[in-house]
Amino acid sequence: MQGTKTIQVKDSIGPAKSVSDSKQIRNRIVVNFIAERIFLVSTVSALAVLGVLIYRIITQSIGWLDLNFLTGKLSIFPEKAGIFGVITGTVMLMLVVIPVTVSLGTATAVFLEEYAKKGRVQTLIQTNISNLAGVPSVIFGLLGLTVFGRIFNLGSSVLAGGLTMSLLVLPIVVVASQEAIRAVPGYLRDASYAMGATKWITIKKIVLPTALPGILTGTILAISRAIGETAPLIVLGIPALILRTPSNFIDDFTALPVQIYYWTLDTVLTKEYANLAASTIIVLLVILFIMNSFAIIIRNKYQKRY
Amino acid sequence: MTVKDDRDAVYEAKKLNLWYGDKIALQDVDARIYENEVTAVIGPSGCGKSTFIKVLNRMVELIPSVRTSGEILYHGKSIFDRSIRVEELRSRVGMVFQKPNPFPKSIFENVVYGLKIHGIHDKRILNETAEKSLRSAALWNEVKDRLNDNAYALSGGQQQRLCIARCLAIEPDVLLMDEPTSALDPISTQNIEDLIYELKQDYTIIIVTHNMQQAARISDKTAFFLMGELIEFNDTEIIFNKPSNSKTEEYITGRFG
Repeated sequence: MQGTKTIQVKDSIGPAKSVSDSKQIRNRIVVNFIAERIFLVSTVSALAVLGVLIYRIITQSIGWLDLNFLTGKLSIFPEKAGIFGVITGTVMLMLVVIPVTVSLGTATAVFLEEYAKKGRVQTLIQTNISNLAGVPSVIFGLLGLTVFGRIFNLGSSVLAGGLTMSLLVLPIVVVASQEAIRAVPGYLRDASYAMGATKWITIKKIVLPTALPGILTGTILAISRAIGETAPLIVLGIPALILRTPSNFIDDFTALPVQIYYWTLDTVLTKEYANLAASTIIVLLVILFIMNSFAIIIRNKYQKRY
Repeated sequence: MTVKDDRDAVYEAKKLNLWYGDKIALQDVDARIYENEVTAVIGPSGCGKSTFIKVLNRMVELIPSVRTSGEILYHGKSIFDRSIRVEELRSRVGMVFQKPNPFPKSIFENVVYGLKIHGIHDKRILNETAEKSLRSAALWNEVKDRLNDNAYALSGGQQQRLCIARCLAIEPDVLLMDEPTSALDPISTQNIEDLIYELKQDYTIIIVTHNMQQAARISDKTAFFLMGELIEFNDTEIIFNKPSNSKTEEYITGRFG
């Protein structure tokens, strides 16, 4: 924030006017000045929070975040602990989430945008998908626990976690894909239909390829959300310490945000866990940053090609 | 009123009516369109001329709440008949739109799109057809060295000729053109008009136009629509020199519309 700036009010100019005498104008300039400062302070305080967060994490992770930490196995001894198994868990989780959400999400969007008759049923489905996007993640965790964990007997495996996460982010992928499909100009569809193409050929050859960048962007953003979600996995019953690296999809696993949560929880017992948590946060943030950058690059590269 | 002709018609509309919801857009249209002729469809905005050509390949059915009654015969067979597949009709009747609408694909992929969707994937056939169609659309010399460039790298006039080439690739019998030059500059318009003159040797062309001079220059027959009714349909020379309806005369001399 800069030091106080003196407000300069100039003498009135020209013939006197009743609608805006110089005193009124002076008041308006003062109000404008105050408004500008309020908005500036708001912006700065948001940035300050981020700054404090990053500062604390970085200072806490110094000396802890190294190659051994990235490649080592989990351990109850802070000096020995590494997060290779945790990163593997998150990657495997994504290997479940990505195919499930892309296929189901795109198919739902195609159905709603291209095939479903506009009417009450379509509006009802649409409204419910939007509502689903607003359901708290812990509730999706309960759903996952009941359906995948108990009924399908998948416990707290990678598959159970991945399917739960897929349900959580599916509405985001559906809505983003719908917007991308809707943005495909009607004249491209008309050109295809006028050549004798069926609806499916038009969707496959024209609509989906044209909408692909938008669908990809939405999917990547949804995946980053899934990478950072903690609550559903904890509800699913992921234990506080898993020493084995998961080797298949029905193995128990843990993921980056879950490990951050448990280490932070146990800081009261072992102070150094805070350093481990901070180091893991950096890993998580870097992954999210890279994924979001990809989304932005794809969006910018393919924007308005037609 | 329509002049009688003994030849077999490519298209024959009989008492054709069309509604958008409750609004009538075409009313009791009777028309016969003959092979290797250019038929210009003229009339003020909202008169139903675009609707008329869009019903000929049933593109109008993509608009919800459209209803039709009456008959359209294509080579003697009703296009509304249940045994007719709309995809088959549209592969015989090509359409060029008001705004050039190439696909966001390469020039080559645009031209062979129709072949591919109809199941032809033989490289040799695709290459031959692409060249032939681009030549027929008078575009080959301009694009032969950059067939893999994106179609959007072309100028508006070239894009429109590409759209024509795309239609020609599937060897249609009729070309429907909905104000194909209204988004183009005068030189590109001239190119398209020359092209239409060439194409009429092999195709039956029905062109909607807002431009009276264009209709007079390129067409053999002219149909004048007003408020959804076909007011007059005759040889272009007669329509422009001795129209029998006073409304036609008022329109072509620019007194309204």
